[in-house]
Amino acid sequence: MANHSTATSHADFVQHHFVTADQQFDSAKLGMWVFLVTEILFFGGLFTAYTVLRMTHPDLFAEASTELDTLWGTVNTLVLIGSSLTVAMAIKSAQLNQTKNIAINLGITIVLAFIFLMIKYFNWMHHFSLGIYPGTAYSFTGIDDPHASIFFSLYYLMTGLHGIHVVVGIGVMTWLLVKSLKGQFHSEYYTPLEIGGLYWHLVDIIWIFLYPLFYLIH
Amino acid sequence: MDTAESNPNLKKVQVQRYKPEEDPENHYLNAEKGIWSWLTTLDHKRIGILYLISITFFFFVGGLMALMIRTELWTPTKTFIQAHTYNELFTLHGSIMIFLFLVPSVPAALGNFILPVQLGAKDVAFPRLNLLSYYLYITGAGIVIWAILSGGVDTGWTFYTPYSIQTSTAVTIMTFGVFVIGFSSILTGVNFITTIHKMRAPGMTWGKISLFTWSLYATSIMQILATPVLAITLALVAMERIMHVGIFDPALGGDPLLYEHMFWFYSHPAVYIMIVPGFGVVSEVITTFSKKHIFGYWAIALSSLAISLISFLVWGHHMFVSGQSAMASMVFSFLTFLVGIPTGIKMFNWAATLYKGSIKLESPLLYIFGFFFLFLVGGITGIVLASIALDVHLHDTYYVVAHFHFVMVGGMVMAFLAGLHYWWPKITGKMYNEKLARFTCVMIFIGFNVTFLPQFIMGAQGMPRRYFNYIEQFQPFHQVSTIGAYILGLGFFTVFLYLVKSLFTGEKAPANPWGSRGLEFQVPSPVPAHNFDHIPVIVHGPYDYHKPMEEFQLGLAEFGNGHGETVDPDIKTGSKEIKAE
Repeated sequence: MANHSTATSHADFVQHHFVTADQQFDSAKLGMWVFLVTEILFFGGLFTAYTVLRMTHPDLFAEASTELDTLWGTVNTLVLIGSSLTVAMAIKSAQLNQTKNIAINLGITIVLAFIFLMIKYFNWMHHFSLGIYPGTAYSFTGIDDPHASIFFSLYYLMTGLHGIHVVVGIGVMTWLLVKSLKGQFHSEYYTPLEIGGLYWHLVDIIWIFLYPLFYLIH
Repeated sequence: MDTAESNPNLKKVQVQRYKPEEDPENHYLNAEKGIWSWLTTLDHKRIGILYLISITFFFFVGGLMALMIRTELWTPTKTFIQAHTYNELFTLHGSIMIFLFLVPSVPAALGNFILPVQLGAKDVAFPRLNLLSYYLYITGAGIVIWAILSGGVDTGWTFYTPYSIQTSTAVTIMTFGVFVIGFSSILTGVNFITTIHKMRAPGMTWGKISLFTWSLYATSIMQILATPVLAITLALVAMERIMHVGIFDPALGGDPLLYEHMFWFYSHPAVYIMIVPGFGVVSEVITTFSKKHIFGYWAIALSSLAISLISFLVWGHHMFVSGQSAMASMVFSFLTFLVGIPTGIKMFNWAATLYKGSIKLESPLLYIFGFFFLFLVGGITGIVLASIALDVHLHDTYYVVAHFHFVMVGGMVMAFLAGLHYWWPKITGKMYNEKLARFTCVMIFIGFNVTFLPQFIMGAQGMPRRYFNYIEQFQPFHQVSTIGAYILGLGFFTVFLYLVKSLFTGEKAPANPWGSRGLEFQVPSPVPAHNFDHIPVIVHGPYDYHKPMEEFQLGLAEFGNGHGETVDPDIKTGSKEIKAE
């Protein structure tokens, strides 16, 4: 009787311990979803802290929120949603075997991610110039509340952690771009694209929660 | 059940039995040679061994600390170390035993080795992630050692604020280390969940996976849901220390109780992360050595999942005296009592499995009997502590210390040792000295009870935990406890000695030394490099002791990986044809 692994023809992209390409794809996808659950719990700790502290300082949160720049927050939201669209288009391109479009869409995603980080950078720099620092370094006098720094500490922690995820995302997208330029993705095999895309959507969704919680409260 | 003729979703496959090779020449241990091949291995079995070596090392480090603590408590005042050193010792004993030994012990060491074999897979779903998780563990352990060398930590393993923010010891480094180890634990969880869902052999339905697998599944769910919360909580403590962000600091508008809530949201499920894999080992060992189908397969499997669900709803019972509302305390107390139900279901099912079995009292089963007694005491004293009025009296006393040592050491370490003895022939291909193993098991059992039973009494009389000095009336209890600790330590060291000795002088182990029906015992000992020469088709469950041995370990002709497909195996054993039920 033939050995099982030789009985099935193994394509190059199927790792030895998987029996079929489908099994590999399904495993990668499930693994990524489970990982995303851990990410949500990871941010969940901060969202819990936000909830508790907002309940104890409702007026402070409403007042401090006006210090944030809603216009640029909105622009950033649109930028990130746009980048989620281009990632989805990159995956669709792979399914349709449009190799060139994969790279183009990934390229746009990376550019949008950089724009997001740049806007964030200028936002932060503007706050710093006013003396709005996290924790005890806070020296802004515009808000009449002894605990005003707590809102901004949370703001920096949550958008900072999200920013780290965007940076990681840029790394992932660049890796995918390199692979796609080598022509490694096609309708039979685009697993890394799919799971990279899932990660990027999560980064997007977390921002969609951060945006109203910090910019739109009153 | 349907056949291929009646149900178009079933595929008919020709299968044939493969006899396991006794004493094979090629196996995973000699497939590749050299230290580099071990350090870069993607083989789940070798990674399991790497974990086993590492956790053994940290078990001895943590154990030595425990002996130093017990020695210091020989007299009511200073015996041989400073009070500050004593504070650091109990902190590090707790942190090392929990994060570096107990959490990875059964899942990452034994589970890594056994799980894919029990599922009929060649490896876990993500072998590279598996290796990464090991290196994260080692990196985290290195950072913990760095924290010890740069001044130690004296907060207790719980890192409670505000003290953890104010102390000048190396809390920031320590939390970073635990943060990294946490990611190792998360990745193991992600890997196991995916492996159990997607890597099962054809015919391996959810009703045929082993109860060890079920327990690892329940554990992995808790690992992925709870560990990230610990990671972010400890990251916030580090941020408090570095930038004074004020989340947990009332002076800046924060809430110190929030820390306790977030910490215990991880750390209570973590207790079950430590014990539930042990339950899985119990189920495996008990059926094998009573030669009987497990009683209540689904009851045991689902009670593991029930425990992981309830584990997320009980964290407040650590905070009865922390100032949470009386209403919250009552709800948490009630929910905590609920944990007793699935745990009781397991205990009764195990006892029923033994009933009228043909019991062979070999060392793995002996350890399980030790587990039964000790875990029962640990569990029932847990119910005592969950009662609010009693807890107000017993909180932060030696009663609590004795309770969780009965669960963690008496429960988990006994189960771990049972599993280690049970799978040792499979892992190493060698048999250990059975007589010595039984003797040592009894020694550990006695040593354990001598150490921790007195702690219940002095705890109930009011001896607080973590104290350096104590009043003289408690001295006899402390001294008995210290003597017990040395017996216990000697017992663990003996296990280490005879297991290591068996590697060199032990008899060669047959493929199935216990006559088990488990899939891992249908492959040669030691396991071949790719586990199975032929992907097996699973016809019977792992506890079908009423079915003949010939019908286990079946090779496959054509297709399939188990998920999404149901097979109708067409088995040829000699001239006999067997249909799956």
